[in-house]
Amino acid sequence: MLWQALTLQLGYNATLVALGAALLGVSSGVTGTFLFLRKRALVSDAISHATLPGVALAFMVMVALGGEGRNLPGLLVGSALSAWAGLLCVTWLTRHTRLAEDAAIGAVLSVFFGLGVVLLTVIQTMGTGKQAGLEGFLLGSTAGMLQTDALIIAVGGALALACIVLLRRPMTLVAFDPEYAQSRGLPVARIDLAMMGLVMAVTVIGLKIVGLILIVALLIIPAVTGRFWTDRSDRVALLAGLFGGLAGYLGAAISAVAPNLPTGPIIVLASFAFFVVSFILAPGRGVLAELFRYLRFQRRVHIRQGLLALAQGQPIYEPLTLRLLKHAGLARADGVATGKGRAHAAKALRDEKRWEVLRADHAHEAAASHYDGLRDIETVLTPDQIAEIDRRIGPPRQVVQ
Amino acid sequence: MSGADFVPLSLTPLLIGIFAAIACALPGNFLVLRRQALIGDAISHVVLPGIVVAFLLTGMIAAWPMMLGAAGAALVAVALIEAIRRLGRIEPGAAMGVIFTTMFAGGVLLLEQTDTSSVHLDVEHALYGNLESLIWLDATGWSSLLDPQALAYLPPELPRMAVTLLVVSLFTWLLWRPLKLSTFDEGFARTMGVRTGLLGLALVVMAALAAVAAFDAVGSIIVIAMFICPPAAARLMSNRLEAQICWSIVFATLSAVLGYVIAGYGPLWLGLEDAVSAAGMIATVSGLILGVTAVAGPCRTRSGAPSEG
Amino acid sequence: MLDLVRTRSPEEEIVASPMAIRGLTVSYGQKPAVFSVDMTVQPGAMTAIIGPNGAGKSTLLKAALGVIKPLSGRVTVYGKPLAAQRARIAYVPQRASVDWDFPTRVRDVVIMGLYRELGLLRRVKPRHVERTMDCLARVGMTDFADRQIGQLSGGQQQRVFLARALAQEADLYLLDEPFAGVDAATEKAIIGVLKALKDEGKTVVAVHHDLATVVDYFDRVFLINTRKVAEGSVGDAFTAETLQAAYGGRLATAQIDQISRALG
Repeated sequence: MLWQALTLQLGYNATLVALGAALLGVSSGVTGTFLFLRKRALVSDAISHATLPGVALAFMVMVALGGEGRNLPGLLVGSALSAWAGLLCVTWLTRHTRLAEDAAIGAVLSVFFGLGVVLLTVIQTMGTGKQAGLEGFLLGSTAGMLQTDALIIAVGGALALACIVLLRRPMTLVAFDPEYAQSRGLPVARIDLAMMGLVMAVTVIGLKIVGLILIVALLIIPAVTGRFWTDRSDRVALLAGLFGGLAGYLGAAISAVAPNLPTGPIIVLASFAFFVVSFILAPGRGVLAELFRYLRFQRRVHIRQGLLALAQGQPIYEPLTLRLLKHAGLARADGVATGKGRAHAAKALRDEKRWEVLRADHAHEAAASHYDGLRDIETVLTPDQIAEIDRRIGPPRQVVQ
Repeated sequence: MSGADFVPLSLTPLLIGIFAAIACALPGNFLVLRRQALIGDAISHVVLPGIVVAFLLTGMIAAWPMMLGAAGAALVAVALIEAIRRLGRIEPGAAMGVIFTTMFAGGVLLLEQTDTSSVHLDVEHALYGNLESLIWLDATGWSSLLDPQALAYLPPELPRMAVTLLVVSLFTWLLWRPLKLSTFDEGFARTMGVRTGLLGLALVVMAALAAVAAFDAVGSIIVIAMFICPPAAARLMSNRLEAQICWSIVFATLSAVLGYVIAGYGPLWLGLEDAVSAAGMIATVSGLILGVTAVAGPCRTRSGAPSEG
Repeated sequence: MLDLVRTRSPEEEIVASPMAIRGLTVSYGQKPAVFSVDMTVQPGAMTAIIGPNGAGKSTLLKAALGVIKPLSGRVTVYGKPLAAQRARIAYVPQRASVDWDFPTRVRDVVIMGLYRELGLLRRVKPRHVERTMDCLARVGMTDFADRQIGQLSGGQQQRVFLARALAQEADLYLLDEPFAGVDAATEKAIIGVLKALKDEGKTVVAVHHDLATVVDYFDRVFLINTRKVAEGSVGDAFTAETLQAAYGGRLATAQIDQISRALG
């Protein structure tokens, strides 16, 4: 069954939904990257929650006009309008009052959602049974989706992706360095607006599949996941698109097989699974890699400090330093240097002296900027240069205890 | 309205609404000033998985295990957010976004997989709460307030919310000075010996306690409105923290009372038959209050000196 | 160097110093900002911590105070661990480190300096208020006591921070760039207060960036550029050579010549 779903053999609708979810995942992953790099990830939370009153109002208007309340395009237009209003409120509050953006986001998302809930209860009283379709917008539901709806989602996802491909260069520039982008003559405000427009588009398209509470996950999690693997923003965006697309596809396929596995949560959990793996194992910024680097770094710092203390005949106060020195065979437990320790200490002290000369010299400014207390001088100077410095220092001295 | 109607039908939901609003607004003041307003957002989203897990573990819908489960989920969420922020060097907003959505999704999934047909536990209830249902049928009028037999049948949410409000108020009163100090100048507070990390965590725990207790009455999303709107509106009314706290209590109370009344009676005035969601209306009113203060509040704009002296 | 001039053992030196730092290393990420620094603050003196931008001046101060966590190192205050001696230290952070939009008044900020005395719940008595006003008077801010802090100029904000430190009635005052971005009148007022503290026998340590005023303001200097470059009296340690060593190519020869001339 699952295999069939994954290979798109589960009927026209399920295939459309899976493709739509994959396209949606790619679009939201890429769009979310720009939002994340702009440090405005949670603005999307305000936008998505703000869709609820729009959905409800659109339903009421369509019913009042004698139409079918559950018409998806109508509901999506309504949701887009109220999401836009929510975004305007966030922007207005941060610009015109002393409130910070986080407070504005929280206020808008909760108030709009509250208003939406009020309107939903109003709809409940309008007539029985009509509301059922709207509840699905909270958490997404693909069960019993109309073919036209599935088509709208697939086409919408493709259109959003096309817009992203068109706008990727200016958006990358603005996300990476807005001031530089401004100086290059890019219309930063308009590009920001386009970015928010895309966030809104992704939200609206995702309403039916993922639901308004969880759509924000698709905008944030893949972007954060991509960030662990690379420091280059265009690659983050690509990876985020990949992770988002995979999560969307897997989620939609799995939930097509098991009807009581709701699509939205499954997609979110799938993208979280990618996140966890990257968080722990990514070679660049993953936790394990970081931890090993940190331990190695800490060890280097302590040994270097210990050697310098030995060289200058100073007592070693830190137990960890002493332990590391002892472990490396550089000192005895009582803090007295071994033969090897004395040799290393003499070298460390001499290197410090060399650095001192180096850093006081205009001619070596570029090399001097590498100084951090740990770096071997051989990595920034040629043997000839070191010999020149040594001539200025004078002959080596023996470290005595 | 006579006491015979008001006391059994409206008094308890009204009081619960007021207590919940104030209990959330008190820690909300500090969260807003610390730029951590969205911690409230994160906490209230993870309440759902918390109670679902508690239900799965105990197999019953009882207040205390569920409150413990929700509080535990809040702490787990905060710990995970901190871990992602520090270990993964991810900005706090995005770290929050990763965790609360995932935990919420997990909660929904567990709920859908569990047979909860016999108990009153569903996603909609978790999102909106049901303030209107917390009525006190054994009351017959004001005199019931002195009648031990009727009092025994008070909805349990009322004493629970009252105790929560008491605890939150005590916390704020007791730790007022270090809270204010570390919110304004964390580095200085540390040199004074304030354990700022621990204090920050305690504040989050208080917010979680308020969220969990209020969740039953007003639902998880609308708790966020109570965390943020009254303090944010109060911030625009005054330039002194003490006054700001007082304003936030006033606004929280006003939102609860007006929201409840409008939800209950507004539709009747408009000629409609049924009431609308009280919790939703409370959030809406708090938003309207924030809107009014944002347009007309005496201290609505920044007063910071230019950064170059 | 021969040790003939040294009259005290390393341990005695640590005990006698208001603040002794040994082997302090602090790093942000994988690059140490401060590497294996020793510092021995002399009692009753005014010491300037000097070094180029990004040399770890503020980091040294913050790590010594436990505001940020060092990778290694030991700090003692009057010979005892920092935690036991908090009451003897007053700290003036960088002005830009806080949000001045915080809803509070000038006098409330100064009262924060009394936190260790007032504890959680002790009431603010008239004598506390008197002390607060007295501290504000010493920095010339009496008229601003009831102002909202957001309405102050940069120099006024700095004076308020200094008043808060004064309220602590400490023995050791640590200031992070107290003269950064303040007006001339404020600079004069602040240095007046600091000199008065010194005359009372207090110890003052300040991160300082203006080389031209070092000789006028301070008795001792501590030059740092990730590592300690020099430490000692202004006459001994503030020389063309040490400056060259600390600033490397970053200081123009003309500047060094000027300072050398000022030193005579």
